[in-house]
Amino acid sequence: MGDVATEPDIDSAQWLATLRESGPAHDDAVARLHGLLLRVGLRHAHSRAAGTGLGGPELDDLAHQAASDALLSILRRLDSFRGESRFTTWAYKFVILEVSSKIGRHFWQRAETSWDEPDWTQLPAAFGASPEETLAAAEIVGEVQFAVAHHLTEYQREIFVHVVVEGIPLDALVARLGITRGTVYKAVFDARRKIRKHLTETGHLAQKGQHHD
Amino acid sequence: MTDWQSAFNEFLSTDPTDVGCDEAMRVLEVYVDLVSTGLDAAERMPGVAAHLKACGPCQGDFTSLLDAVTDTPH
Ligand SMILES: [Zn+2]
Repeated sequence: MGDVATEPDIDSAQWLATLRESGPAHDDAVARLHGLLLRVGLRHAHSRAAGTGLGGPELDDLAHQAASDALLSILRRLDSFRGESRFTTWAYKFVILEVSSKIGRHFWQRAETSWDEPDWTQLPAAFGASPEETLAAAEIVGEVQFAVAHHLTEYQREIFVHVVVEGIPLDALVARLGITRGTVYKAVFDARRKIRKHLTETGHLAQKGQHHD
Repeated sequence: MTDWQSAFNEFLSTDPTDVGCDEAMRVLEVYVDLVSTGLDAAERMPGVAAHLKACGPCQGDFTSLLDAVTDTPH
């Protein structure tokens, strides 16, 4: 992507012009944009809510709040729209990220997650292992624990355990720790790479899977 | 390898071109517009494609944004 902002398409240019002016056309455009954001936010909220226990009026309320918050952010940041996408695509991203973030925050209102000793025996089950397979997996789980203890930084260890062993959603950790999704992801990414290296070196992983398709 | 071991192995495999969440989310709308207009977004932005493959939350946001621009009347 170049650094030069491209000329927005007609539809986007119209949105920008109307949202920047004042008067009835502006108010109409704001109301129309809010309606679109709400529709996108509701749909995203419902697709994201599976397994969170969120639903009904509470979930709709979350989407309404996200649409209002997104609308304010968009109106404040019109000048940062660079015309690299359609205006509406740019705008919808605000409400989608807002909904994801609010669902992440909501996790802690009902979570029974403790911050005690993680239960490492759950690890294979998290990847679909049957109870028999889980029992038979003690050796490889032990190797993973070894790699986590010896090859990860304390920070990577903490994040890896929360995300992978305890199954805490990324966005919930983002809300709890006050860091970006990217920071959480990077810690898990580095942990994955180091654990894989250890398992490969100790003969617990076949070389296949090295390739990416 | 059992199924769970394959899944775990797959999870541990990292793609060095993966740009991470912050960069993927920064350009998500550009990526989505490429996809929605039938252009090869993955070829133009391979690091974003690699990230979306590996990151559940970003993949979810991508899917919703793509749904939004393909279904919502403008
Ligand atoms: Zn991500």
